Parts: sequence; C-alpha cells; structure tokens
Amino acid sequence: MTPLSSLAKTIRSKNAGTDKITFDIIFTDRATYERVKTSGALTRETVAALYRIDGDRITDFVNFDPAFAIKFTILRERPSGSPGDGDIFGAQQYAPLLSIQIAEPA
Amino acid sequence: MRSTLKVICPNEHLGFAPSKTASFAIGVDADPDIIAADSGSDDVGPGPLGSDTSTSPLAWQTHDLELMLLAARKKGVPMIIGSAGDTGTNSRVDLYVDVIRQLQKKHDLAPFKLGYFYSEVDKEWLREKIRSGDAVTGLDARPDLDEAELDATDRIVAMAGVHPYIKLLDMGAEVIIGGRSSDCALFAAPAIRAGYPEALAYYLGKVLECASFCAEPYGGKETVMGEISAQDVRVTAMNPDQRCTIASVAGHAMYERSNPYYEYVAGGCLDMNQCNYEQIAEKTTRITGPKFVPAEQIRVKLEGAGKIGERFVGLVGIRDPYTIANVDKVIQWARDQASERFGNQPYELHYNVYGRDGVMGALETERSVVPHELCVMVQGIAQTRELAEEVCMTGTRQMFYARLPDVKGTAGSVAFSLDEVMHASAAYRWTLNHTVAVDDPLQLFPCHTTMIGA
Repeated sequence: MTPLSSLAKTIRSKNAGTDKITFDIIFTDRATYERVKTSGALTRETVAALYRIDGDRITDFVNFDPAFAIKFTILRERPSGSPGDGDIFGAQQYAPLLSIQIAEPA
Repeated sequence: MRSTLKVICPNEHLGFAPSKTASFAIGVDADPDIIAADSGSDDVGPGPLGSDTSTSPLAWQTHDLELMLLAARKKGVPMIIGSAGDTGTNSRVDLYVDVIRQLQKKHDLAPFKLGYFYSEVDKEWLREKIRSGDAVTGLDARPDLDEAELDATDRIVAMAGVHPYIKLLDMGAEVIIGGRSSDCALFAAPAIRAGYPEALAYYLGKVLECASFCAEPYGGKETVMGEISAQDVRVTAMNPDQRCTIASVAGHAMYERSNPYYEYVAGGCLDMNQCNYEQIAEKTTRITGPKFVPAEQIRVKLEGAGKIGERFVGLVGIRDPYTIANVDKVIQWARDQASERFGNQPYELHYNVYGRDGVMGALETERSVVPHELCVMVQGIAQTRELAEEVCMTGTRQMFYARLPDVKGTAGSVAFSLDEVMHASAAYRWTLNHTVAVDDPLQLFPCHTTMIGA
C-alpha cells in the first residue's frame, strides 16, 4: 500500500462558490492516475465515508482524464465565512486525503 | 474579422496582491489587442459585500489599475476590468472610476472614453418577483428565496455576462470598469463582439481569468496571453520561467469550480467535455473543441450578504489533560452562563477548538489523537457593540470558572494570554446564492460612459 500523498502531484481543496468546497487530486502521469482511479480507494463512497458525510452532500465526482485528475465537490455545512467557519477559503480541508492507502498495482 | 485577437491578463484577482510587472511588460510588448483582468471574488467571505467595503488595499488596486491603464493607453487598446473592488458593488465601481480619473490627471494622458456599469440589485424588485411567483431559484441545494431571507439581506449584486461589456464597447468605451461579473465574460465579450465563435471566446475567458494559475510552475500574479482564432485558443505564459502545458491548462479548468466540464454564465453554458489540448510550443498550449450551449431563458446569478451583528473575539488556552478531555463541558458551562445572563436577547457564541477540530469542524477525520494543549477561539455576536463585547467576554471568561468534578487545578480552568476580548469585523453571512430570470440581459446592468480628461 502507498499513501496518496506519495502518488499525487497536487492534493488541494478550495471554495467553489459560497456553498461548496471542491477537492482536486492531480497526478503527473497517466499510469499513476489510472492506478489510483481503478484502485477503488478514491470514489464517491469512500470519500463520503472518510469525511463521514451523506453521499448526497457530494455534488460532483469526476475523473478528469485530460488533467490526470480526480475531482469531487461537497456542500459545506454552512456558507463560507459564516461565524464559526474555521476555513473561509476551504483551503485546508484536503488533509485527510493525504493518507488514503492505495493498493499496489496487480 | 482579423485572423486572431490577443488578450493579456496580469492578475487573477486585481488588488488582492499586486501584479508582477516584468511578465506584464513582456505581455505588453507582444502587442495585445485587449488588456483585461477581473477584480472580484466571493472567496473573501460575505463581509465585504455586506458592509460595502474592499478587502484589497487601495494602494494595490491603484498599482494594478495604473500598470494596465498606462499600457493600454500607450498601445491604444481597450482595458477591461470586471467585478471592481472585490465585490463589484456600485461604490466599488465608482471608486475605480475615480482612480482612473486620478491616474489620467497624474500622467496627463490624452482624453479617453470610460465606460462603466453597475450590478447592484434592488431588494424591492426581487420582492416583486417573489410575490408574483417568478421564483428566485436557489443554487447549490439552497431553497428558493423567500421574503424573510430577503429582509435579512443588506446588499445584492447580480453577476453580469458578456452583455454590458459588448454594449460599452459598442458605445466606444476605451476603458471599462465593470460591476460584478462572471470572470470569463469580460474576456469573452471583445472576442464575441469581434466575431469569433462564442464557445472559443468563453473558453478564452475561462483560461485567462486566473492569469498564471493556468501555467506551471505554480506562481500567481504573472501575465498570460490568450490568442483566439476562428479555430482555436492558444495560451502562452509571459513569465520566462513559466509554461502553459496541457497539464497546467487542463488542470486550471478544475480550479475553484465544482465540475471541470461546465462553466455557467448568464446566457448559457460552456461545455468543455470535448476539449482537446495540444502542446504546440514550449510555453504555449492550443485548445480546440469547447462548445457553448445557449440557455433557453436568461437567468442571472445573484450574490447577497446580510449582517448578523457586531463581533468580538476571545482566545483561550488549555493545558490540563483532564480539562482537555472535557473541553466540551467547559464550553457548555460558558454557554450556560451566557444563556442565564442574556436570556432571550438575540446573540450568538461560536467556539473553534484548535488542536482538536478548529479547522475542519465536523469534517475532521482525526479523532484518535489526544492533544496536550488546545487553543479555543470564541466569537461573540450581538446587535450592538456593547452587547457583543459582553457576550464574548462571558463566553470566554466563564471558561475560567468551569466546574469540572475531578479537576485538580481549582484556581482556574483555562489560560489567558490576553485577559480581554478583541473587537473584530461585524459578522455577515451569505444570504443569496440564487438566480433570477430577466427579459433583457442588460436589465440589471445599467451602462454609462464619460469622457476622462476632456
């Protein structure tokens, strides 16, 4: 098993408008991208389980081939910048993704 | 139609941090037909829109407007700015128009025609829409707008598409200061007006709006150039150390949006499913294949913010492991004291527990680590400054007096580095993230021109 942080070039989160946070996991080459994509470790279901949110809070989950990227977007618990929001830009919400374990290729 | 149109963009959010001048100069030397940048973002939270202020310092806004104005006037090409002053409210448009006026005087520039448009939306017009059954539709799982939420709103801006920009160019504007706008619209407008295909024009805007965020290696505030033809868009990094690659350009399509394939604007949707990316030179990527799907009905996006109250902030440290394990009880104690004191008066208390889940709140996945110290940020909010201060002081200081049954340290449950609470910006929230139908795409965006220096 290899942590996602060792395989991806970029793992980031950022606001997508006022009510959503979007996550991008970008790889440098097609082989690594395909490996993670087919591993089953990064799907709508695994992400919902990781963040312990209902699946319907994930508005988009896209494997974006042209950029070797996996991308998903979640609805925020409250709009950005509301009092108590600890991350107005949504820029630090990706941290739990770093340690997702990806199986070795078959 | 000329064979190509070249547009340069020096900054993804004009004013938020100054543009880098060296790559801008290279871009200007490449003879652009348009110099354009967007100055807005809803990333800065609801406060600036609600309070009608900028989050960017005037000095940085002026720095970039000066850079762009001098280049545009020297080259005799249009300069286009969208979403003036972070929010694109009327006062921010007026502010930028005034900066342009001052800069013309300062540099004794030859007279030119300035075009500008406003984006603020009258609440009573929206109330009529609601009452007449013409729904103001919620985006991103929000319910449709009702009058209660409208009443809680202080200020609303509408997101312009290409229409007011094309109108102002038709009116002969050489410099345009726009109210709130879709980022890509201000770049797409001159290309559509010049006769290039809409799909490529919107793609040009999409790729340019964040300046060097579409280049690698990572580095913001550097100029990029987009060149549109009847067949394609070519995007080139102007900084000698940056390149626009397939990965960086395609990757940028994802940035800050929920789906990399679709970009919605007033009047339609840019569909990037069939985009093809091709590296045609070291610093240049060529894009073909975007599609534009016109909307059946023009719906304009609205952003609105409403004030919750005045706000104070307190900071609390905790070191006792028993107290750390029971921090929720400490917080509850303080909340109970506030409730006892302030009863039914409207107020809010918010606690962020740094060291546990202050950054991520309910999304935090790491629940097994036991921290050896915590910092708790307390926010107290109420209608008046005086009450907000007292609420925050109660919510902060009462943590000191929390009664935990087995605590050893009976002289104080928490540590203060400041025995005070601090006045902070007023608390606002995003009340509108909606769309409204319009008959005329210019309806919400009154356009004006004025001669500067004449």
